[in-house]
Amino acid sequence: MAFEAVSMQSRNVPVMIDIHSVSKSFVTRDADPVHALKDVNLEIYDNEFFTLLGPSGCGKTTLLRLIAGFEAPSSGAIRIAGNDVAALPPQKRPVNTVFQSYALFPHMSVAENVAFGLEMQNAPKALIDERVREALEMVRLEGFATRRPSQLSGGQQQRVAVARALAPKPSVLLLDEPLSALDLKLRKGMQSELKRLQRETGITFVLVTHDQEEALAMSDRIAVMRSGDVLQVGTPRDIYDNPQDRFVADFIGESNLLPGAALGRDPAKTIVVRPEHIVVSPVADGTKGHATGAVSAITFLGSDTLYEVVLEEGAKLHSRSRGGASLSTGDRVVVDWAHSVERELAN
Amino acid sequence: MNGAKPFDWRHTPGLSAYTALIFVFFYAPLLILVIYAFNSSRLVTVWSGFSFKWFVAVANNGAIRDAAFNSVIIAIVATIASTAIATAGALALERGRLRFGRGAATALIAMPLVVPEIVVAITTLIFFSGLGMHHGLINLMIAHTVFCIPFALLPIQARLRDMGGTLEEAGRDLYADEWRLFRRVTLPLLLPAISAGAIMAFVVSLDDFLISMMVSSAGSTTLPVYIYGMMRLGVTPEVNAISTILLAVSIVFVAAALLIGRRNKLA
Repeated sequence: MAFEAVSMQSRNVPVMIDIHSVSKSFVTRDADPVHALKDVNLEIYDNEFFTLLGPSGCGKTTLLRLIAGFEAPSSGAIRIAGNDVAALPPQKRPVNTVFQSYALFPHMSVAENVAFGLEMQNAPKALIDERVREALEMVRLEGFATRRPSQLSGGQQQRVAVARALAPKPSVLLLDEPLSALDLKLRKGMQSELKRLQRETGITFVLVTHDQEEALAMSDRIAVMRSGDVLQVGTPRDIYDNPQDRFVADFIGESNLLPGAALGRDPAKTIVVRPEHIVVSPVADGTKGHATGAVSAITFLGSDTLYEVVLEEGAKLHSRSRGGASLSTGDRVVVDWAHSVERELAN
Repeated sequence: MNGAKPFDWRHTPGLSAYTALIFVFFYAPLLILVIYAFNSSRLVTVWSGFSFKWFVAVANNGAIRDAAFNSVIIAIVATIASTAIATAGALALERGRLRFGRGAATALIAMPLVVPEIVVAITTLIFFSGLGMHHGLINLMIAHTVFCIPFALLPIQARLRDMGGTLEEAGRDLYADEWRLFRRVTLPLLLPAISAGAIMAFVVSLDDFLISMMVSSAGSTTLPVYIYGMMRLGVTPEVNAISTILLAVSIVFVAAALLIGRRNKLA
């Protein structure tokens, strides 16, 4: 269960960021204040790849900006490495940010960009040179030190932004949708790059994304957010297998949300089953299942086949099975799954 | 019409002739002025050969030299003062804590651009007399600084708005305090706009006639005011020569401002 995994970790690992009962409202000129965060509590551990996941407007970026110090919470407290940072401006926090737009300084070379943070900390010249070389090596841009950001591709600029934020060796690295501007192939590559960097540096990474696949692939733990609330916190496995909320079940991966009535059960409940857990077999085989229906569509997905089945009670579900199609549209089928893979949630 | 051809303004009959005519009205007087500056005759309307003699006469005319010197000194002081004030003002408007009223403040600052200049000139004169200020050049420098501010402010403010705040956030995130953030990030990024604003201020100050006319006193005459005085005694080719010089200086500065502005956009 999610709860056990979390409490087990908290016994051994020190907390790096403690977000305690934080709320944030924005005052606007004409409308009512916008409540971007509502009484959020989170503990992010040291040396963890933590992801804030949610649709746009869920408050994940606001939370990141509160940690960085660009905004102040309306109420509540934020502690970084045990220190209350309420009174600290961004330049006094041991936190660096990789911005969504990269925000590289256009009037400086790549090396000058990467050196900037250390220079502002008045680090000695020799140390700066060494760290800049190290950081550029880490992101595999050794030969690019003298280039201007405008002479680099999007993917390279992204890596400079990461190197610049890592060079001062912060306690926490914040990443604001860092991969959203890259094309699919680059994005996959950068996902494993970032994960590797987190392992190598041991720095706590906090990633903001709306891409659930990205979150599942990269994170040690994920917080799923919606309209200013944290709905569930847990490991990717945990959140995928045990969604505790209809929204989480629907947002993470693909889910069938079946009304209890459609399966002849408690109509006040929703049954959640992943498509890959559903077995579809012809009625003629005589197997017993949870319900019967008819295949209404078949989608070929390469290694898998996706069946859309309309149940007799009217509900629709998807089943994903390995290999090519053995059924055809209109076939009467029995749908079945193991009890252990379904989750029963309140409507 | 049978609707075969949709209306296309580019094929209006006589469009090219009309356009050419507009350019003739724009530039023919300037061209004639410049050509006759090189005329060897004393008569402004009769060409009698190429000569630099009116430029030599201008160079040897002590009164013109004094007026030109006044103009340049005033322009330099007004440029530096107005650009500094405009930069600070633009930063306050775009990055300050002001939550509302930015638009109104900007409009108030830009107002002198649309108020008739004669009104500004007269009120400036009355203002100085009311205060009992009769400091010649200093009065002119103050007046020029004031009316140059909006010209310098607008490009700087536009650049700050285009830049957005993210680069400065990145600077703060990387441990820069306010002063070093300004020196290392904001100012270098703003420099092209500040130069463009300064050049605009310089040209506007150098060319100003009405306000200078009202505010200047004996001994603090600026070049445009002096040229006007010369004209009342009759137009001589000397006026053509000095006007040509002013024109050339203005073109060089405005072209520089445009070039810097373009590089600014590309960066």
